[in-house]
Amino acid sequence: MPEASLARAAPDDGIAYSVPTGDRVATTTCYMCACRCGIRVHLKDGRIRYIEGNPDHPINRGVLCGKGSAGIMTQYSPARLRNPLLRVGERGAGEFREISWDEALSLAAEWLGAVRARNPRELAFFTGRDQSQSLTGLWAAEFGTPNFAAHGGFCSVNMAAAGLYSVGGSFWEFGEPDWEHARLFLLWGVAEDHDSNPIKLGLARLRERGARIIAINPVRTGYGAIADEWISLRPGTDGLFIFSLIHELLAADRIDLEFLATHANAHWLVIESPGAADHGLFVRDEAGQPLAWDRAEGPVPAGRAGISPVLAGTLTLPDGRSARPVFHLLAERYLSPEYAPEAVAPRCGIAPETIRRLAAELAEAAFDHPLELPHPWTDMEGRRHESMPGRPVSMHAMRGIAAHANGFHTCRALHLLQMLLGAIDRPGSWRYKAPFPRPIPPGPGPAGAETAPNKPIAGTLLGYPQGPDDLLVDAAGEALRIDKGFSWEAPLALHGLMHMALPNAGAADPYPIDTLLLYMANMAWNSAMNPAENIASLTAREPASGEYRIRHVIYADAYFSETVPYADLVLPDTTYLERYDAISLLDRPIGSAHGPADAIRQPVLAPDRNVRPFQEVLIELGARLKLPAFTRPDGSARYRDYPDYIVNHQRRPGIGPLAGWRGAGGEKIGQGEPNPDQIKRYVENGCFWRHELPPGQHYFKYANRDYLEAAAALGLIARPERIVLQLYCEPLQRFRLAAEGHGSRRPPARLRERVARYCDPLPFWHPPLAAAEISPAEFPLSAITQRPMPMYHSWGSQNAWLRQILAANRLYMNRGLAARLGLAEGDWVRVSSPTGTLRCQLALMEGVNEETVWTWNAIGKRAGAWNLASDAPESARGFLLNHVISAFLTPAGGAARSNSDPVTGQAAWFDLRVRVEKCDPAELPLTEPHLSPLPRPPGLPPAPTLLRHHAGGAP
Amino acid sequence: MTSIPAPAPGGKKLGLVIDLDTCVGCHACAVNCKEWNTSGHMAPLPDFDPYGAHPEGVWFNRVHSYEAGAGADGRTVHFPRSCLHCEDPPCVTVCPTGASFKRAEDGIVLVNADLCIGCKLCSWACPYGAREFDEDAGVMKKCTLCIDRIYNETLPETERVPACVSTCPTHARHFGDLGDPESDVSRLVASRGGYALMPEQGCKPVNRYLPPRERPTPPAPARRAANEAPIASRLLAWADRVLSR
Repeated sequence: MPEASLARAAPDDGIAYSVPTGDRVATTTCYMCACRCGIRVHLKDGRIRYIEGNPDHPINRGVLCGKGSAGIMTQYSPARLRNPLLRVGERGAGEFREISWDEALSLAAEWLGAVRARNPRELAFFTGRDQSQSLTGLWAAEFGTPNFAAHGGFCSVNMAAAGLYSVGGSFWEFGEPDWEHARLFLLWGVAEDHDSNPIKLGLARLRERGARIIAINPVRTGYGAIADEWISLRPGTDGLFIFSLIHELLAADRIDLEFLATHANAHWLVIESPGAADHGLFVRDEAGQPLAWDRAEGPVPAGRAGISPVLAGTLTLPDGRSARPVFHLLAERYLSPEYAPEAVAPRCGIAPETIRRLAAELAEAAFDHPLELPHPWTDMEGRRHESMPGRPVSMHAMRGIAAHANGFHTCRALHLLQMLLGAIDRPGSWRYKAPFPRPIPPGPGPAGAETAPNKPIAGTLLGYPQGPDDLLVDAAGEALRIDKGFSWEAPLALHGLMHMALPNAGAADPYPIDTLLLYMANMAWNSAMNPAENIASLTAREPASGEYRIRHVIYADAYFSETVPYADLVLPDTTYLERYDAISLLDRPIGSAHGPADAIRQPVLAPDRNVRPFQEVLIELGARLKLPAFTRPDGSARYRDYPDYIVNHQRRPGIGPLAGWRGAGGEKIGQGEPNPDQIKRYVENGCFWRHELPPGQHYFKYANRDYLEAAAALGLIARPERIVLQLYCEPLQRFRLAAEGHGSRRPPARLRERVARYCDPLPFWHPPLAAAEISPAEFPLSAITQRPMPMYHSWGSQNAWLRQILAANRLYMNRGLAARLGLAEGDWVRVSSPTGTLRCQLALMEGVNEETVWTWNAIGKRAGAWNLASDAPESARGFLLNHVISAFLTPAGGAARSNSDPVTGQAAWFDLRVRVEKCDPAELPLTEPHLSPLPRPPGLPPAPTLLRHHAGGAP
Repeated sequence: MTSIPAPAPGGKKLGLVIDLDTCVGCHACAVNCKEWNTSGHMAPLPDFDPYGAHPEGVWFNRVHSYEAGAGADGRTVHFPRSCLHCEDPPCVTVCPTGASFKRAEDGIVLVNADLCIGCKLCSWACPYGAREFDEDAGVMKKCTLCIDRIYNETLPETERVPACVSTCPTHARHFGDLGDPESDVSRLVASRGGYALMPEQGCKPVNRYLPPRERPTPPAPARRAANEAPIASRLLAWADRVLSR
């Protein structure tokens, strides 16, 4: 790097060239979004001088985005809460009294203790973009309530569930494109986020290598801006488009049949006996092993090596039943004319020729450019392979295709497409990040069906149902969780339904909630389908007693968000630079295709306020409530603090929050007894641990013996067993059979048709649920949101620097459409949906689908919140699309219906349909609804009017 | 009027090369620049009304996003803008006090805050809008090319690059000597058809922009709709396919 070695030219010119960056530097993990990049924080005179990416860190390799670089301003935000607060006025009035931590914790323990002694499920504990879910989830189970979830149900559970039930992994934290070898890269519904720096690093590498990038998205911004081609798809039709690509690949016989029969369940036999209790289930032997049909032997265990499986045809089993291979069913479905390009084109808005051309491109990239990496590997049957043949087609997808009520099947469709191309964990394809792949599904069903006073729930609250027996429903088939997760309304609600917790609690449906415990979940604003609905729930009173229906609201957050005024008790959290954290393999891992990794945060600064890390508060509350996992047999607290928990908690013997430097001397990885010096070792290593897999374990992980054995030794999976990719998802068929009247656990009558329709073991396209009740003429436009890159997931866009980049959002509309509607740039417009109306300002652009409008998400703030001036652009001209979304669809059969995916319960906020009209010029140029300004809580200083941040300079 | 020195013998033309092919408009460069420089050579970079109705501060690097072309064939372009360290910088020649100056040894354009009287003539003269006025101090400020990083002997050699270059997540920013045709940046400019911004202004900017790469023509469709065979016959063909696993 010759240019870097510059000699100083004029040493006596008065310029201080060689000033050390700071007087102290510490590594930790960023929390300005969900990527969890490694950072180095330089301090000078006790103030933050500079935050930069850690060059050694596997996630960001030294780069840092705008959000991470703005961490300084989040640290010094005037919106930081300073003391525990107790509400003294009405909810929402923002009248509080500052109290001591002891009073706060005594009160919390009193409220929580009473609930636990009476009926633990009357506690609902929901967290936001919580990165300590293994702790918060354990705490909820120990408390004894099933009502726990983080924000995944609101964000992208369709993506997670579809992946985990199809390929044992998914996108983002579960997998990554092979940036080094892909020829063709498809970016589905990802604009600017999920994830941040790794995708940017990868896209740069693709551009450098000359790979072709296609962005499929109604909006052409951000990552899509540098794509070679933009496919302007109509929101919610991704599934149709994917099935049409699959149709084309099947019709042209351009699929990887050998891969499907070797690594997927294409050859597994499915019972064909309509009306019978076993219809649509796999043919299994007495040991429960699925069977295939061998050309020579007939029915044989499908996993046996060396068989020659039949992939199509109707076969008669020795017992007389008929069966068909999965591939037969699949081919039959997707070759159907309903998925031909001509048939889907009018709905998707993509020309049939374009669909044909893209299918041909996919096949060409996958099959016509041999790519083989010279890494020998051995499969689970003991066969050695001299190399790793590639399929250089990669994909990445996120919320854009997930946040629809048809998102689960659409996400499954995408995995089907990759499987048909043989493009799963092979050179050039999408690849698993350790600890994935995991068995399909990865674990036991959800716990929480039984609750009792003062009794913990054994098991994991957010589990993996295999069929009706695993659902959390009562004898009548009705939901046992407040969010109705894992009920017949959302059987695969792997992440819960955070967006339904408050709406349901407000309606006491299915039962009342006594205490609501929230952690960094801004439920009275943008962490809601509709803020007004959630505020109504928070302020609803029992007519008889006049008491709040949700009797206690406890809220933990570091900042004065819109939800603070609705809490009875506010527990002020630290910033991410003031505490320890574990970025754990038990939670949301940061591994890569090259091996598992985890990380910690360490306090870089001491808090200058009377605040405590929420995790530490939770551990102390656990001890005060005598929850077994947090209490010693003598009744004393089991853990001194959060680091003590991180080091010494064991989920099962040898497995704890951190996988690195385990064992008494730090000599073990993955599994091993607690190491008292573990945190020290992490700090010495830059606050992260990674384990690099040898090249022979980099691909084919579902069948790679050395990898699977290594993964089992590390504790990533229970046993080294082949993971068979599931084209056909049998658990869904079990739900469907129940809906058709089989078995003892059946859905309530009103849900039977719905379960039978949507629990289809092969993915299919259906219009979003909301579409049935919306007249396209009345609401002709789709309305969606995306996160701006400099603010994606940065919970605190009150950040003084970031808000200079974007402090007010407009509604973006296609220029041609605007001309037809008689609208112009800057016009104030009224946006109406079937459930609400808002006023905002219009902006025009070319790069947006003609039938779609969009805006930046979560820029709009409620006046006064975040210690912003009450006339700040965020509240004067910023707006949330959430105001015209509802958590509910029209009730059916006398029961509420959530606006969610019918399989997973994912919030369907991208199903929104609107019309846009010009406002009367007499209307105020102000966004509407414009809720009353929130008063500043006690203890917060007035926000400064001038910032001259200069670490090392004059204070 | 301040004169421009002749380049020193063996003097460098240090500058940036910005790749519009990979810039996704994430503002990482802008914010990282801000945080480095607010405690750096030209510290601080103030923010006015930071939590109010008109938040606006001093930034040495700003990213503009706009669209070029119409319809689906158009492009969304993200364009980072900072001082171009011109060879013939009007901001220097217009300066009445000598506060604005161009260095002979490396071509960096700097402001000596002690001499600056805040007359803003330089910001009027700069056709690129690269000057930033610190109203609070009454001093003009600007990109220093991170002069306190690139020569900073307390940093490891690999980190002696401007903050914007070091942080860019798509590696769209490069730093080096554009006066040396053999330097990495000069080769990059030559190979990618890098260009100077608004050459008609006659300022001879040192920084270069790399245009988006040519988009490959997508292959023609391989199959026509007409050759759709009945599903049954396709299934039959697959039924006969001999596979081993």
